[in-house]
Amino acid sequence: MSVDQAVYGHAPPDPSVPADRPSLAKGGEAGAVDAFREVDGSCGDGPELERVVPVSGRRRAVPRWLRRTVGPVALLVLWQVFSASGALEEDILASPGTIAATAGDLVSDGTLPSAMLVSLQRVAVGLLLGGVTGVVLALASGLSRLGEDLVDATVQMLRSIPWVGVIPLFIIWLGIGEAPKIALISLGVAFHLYLNVYAGIRGVDAQLVEAGTSLGLSRWGLIRHVVLPGALPGAMTGLRYSLATAWLALVFGEQVNADDGLGFLMNQAREFFRTDVIVVCLVVYAILGLLADFLVRTLERLLLQWRPTFTGQ
Amino acid sequence: MATDVHGSVTDTPREAGPHAGSPGAAVQVAGLVRAFGGRAVMDDLQLSVQPGEFVALLGRSGCGKSTLLRVLAGLDREIEGEVLVPRRKAVAFQAPRLMPWKRVWRNVLLGLPGRPEREAAERALAEVGLGHRADAWPKTLSGGEAQRASLARALVREPDLLLLDEPFGALDALTRIKAQRLVAELWRERGCAVLLVTHDVEEALLLADRALVMEGGRIAYETTVDLPRPRDISDPRFGALRARLLDRLGVEGAAEDVPGGPDDAEAPDADGSVAAA
Repeated sequence: MSVDQAVYGHAPPDPSVPADRPSLAKGGEAGAVDAFREVDGSCGDGPELERVVPVSGRRRAVPRWLRRTVGPVALLVLWQVFSASGALEEDILASPGTIAATAGDLVSDGTLPSAMLVSLQRVAVGLLLGGVTGVVLALASGLSRLGEDLVDATVQMLRSIPWVGVIPLFIIWLGIGEAPKIALISLGVAFHLYLNVYAGIRGVDAQLVEAGTSLGLSRWGLIRHVVLPGALPGAMTGLRYSLATAWLALVFGEQVNADDGLGFLMNQAREFFRTDVIVVCLVVYAILGLLADFLVRTLERLLLQWRPTFTGQ
Repeated sequence: MATDVHGSVTDTPREAGPHAGSPGAAVQVAGLVRAFGGRAVMDDLQLSVQPGEFVALLGRSGCGKSTLLRVLAGLDREIEGEVLVPRRKAVAFQAPRLMPWKRVWRNVLLGLPGRPEREAAERALAEVGLGHRADAWPKTLSGGEAQRASLARALVREPDLLLLDEPFGALDALTRIKAQRLVAELWRERGCAVLLVTHDVEEALLLADRALVMEGGRIAYETTVDLPRPRDISDPRFGALRARLLDRLGVEGAAEDVPGGPDDAEAPDADGSVAAA
């Protein structure tokens, strides 16, 4: 139950109505209350009392979601106003209206959906390859000392190379087709998942492992019932980071000689100073990123429902 | 199946009862040595627990009583000497140590051989008064509830030896009293041997047939608690025993003259041993 609900459950405070103190003295507790009164009386008038105002009194006005939309909407309006007044030229940044119209055109002539499909495919394949690699390596080094000695140092060493920096090498090795783009996405994804899954496994409470041992769990039983579920929160964090990295890698990868996909659309637009198309592509990237984040959140809610989370106040 | 766990073995201690003098003890420890980096926490320790006997192990903090429990539980095996324990044993730790990602009833069944039925868990949970919380997530339980769930998890294994490592240590005073009564009741019904590690002398005297004091890496002192159950703290014999044990544990001013108190025996060699605490 959130704080808001808890507070709204009570009647709203009304300072004009005196507190119903006599009700306290009703029934069997009357004697006890009287006894306290006597003690009070012997102390004289006592300190001045002030009312603790329930928090519900202050929370009423505008719904939260409405308040939160004010900022973005104001920014859009400001942008439209600048564009309409000519302060913001069309080939510097198109107006929101133009952009919306362009988006409509791109969707209706099928350019945008097909580009999105191609880009999504790249992300999906890269995510799958990188995810499997990262998780397998993390399991190997997280679950066994031997695996740790063999894998961890190597991965940590490679991790210190900025993955964007290997684009030229990937082009030499893999050409300019799909392969280098997918390899780039896989690389970014694999490192994030590896680090978080590995840390998750090693962060599992040793007391729980011991409890599992005392319950007679075998090594595989321990891994299945204690270690892996315990590493899941870390794995989900890793997944979220990897998705963010996957989009980033996609943007970088598609700047390299793509002949389809969102990046190709953007590069083409650049040639013709079509800032509206570029912004449409950026918005699509953002929306896809939000969608991915939503997916992970849903997955987290399903898989980590045992974890009481702090929801904020 | 959970029923695999019910063997004829469980009946033996139940019939034998405390101090039955049967040849098969529930715990047999001889010449146990456990050292941490050259410092002997247990030094030539001897211990024997009869089937169905409730033994409380007292000692100052750091004297190694929890280590002894871990050795008996098979969790600490870097030892020398001979340690014999029943194959079916269960541990309840000071912290409940429930897997937070498994619902309570799944926690209770965790580690049981075969494919145990949910019913077995529900029976064990009902026994500790937690039947209504079978579907809860462990993190939503109160401290007392979690500790009872942990107890149910130990009991569902039908142990011949139940090891309790200060299971009431983290509970508030009222919950603690209830939990102690529950343990006394469960022990009476189950008839398994119990080793309770505690630092609370009263708790030991309320529950145990025999109280041991660990000191200098061995059982330095032991006394039978020959008081009728359920025990009464206000009983003068109870007070006398408590005073003697407190005195033995080094709490000053607790000693009284105890005429007619229960028999107690100073373990040989108690004072000549290497102080480990």
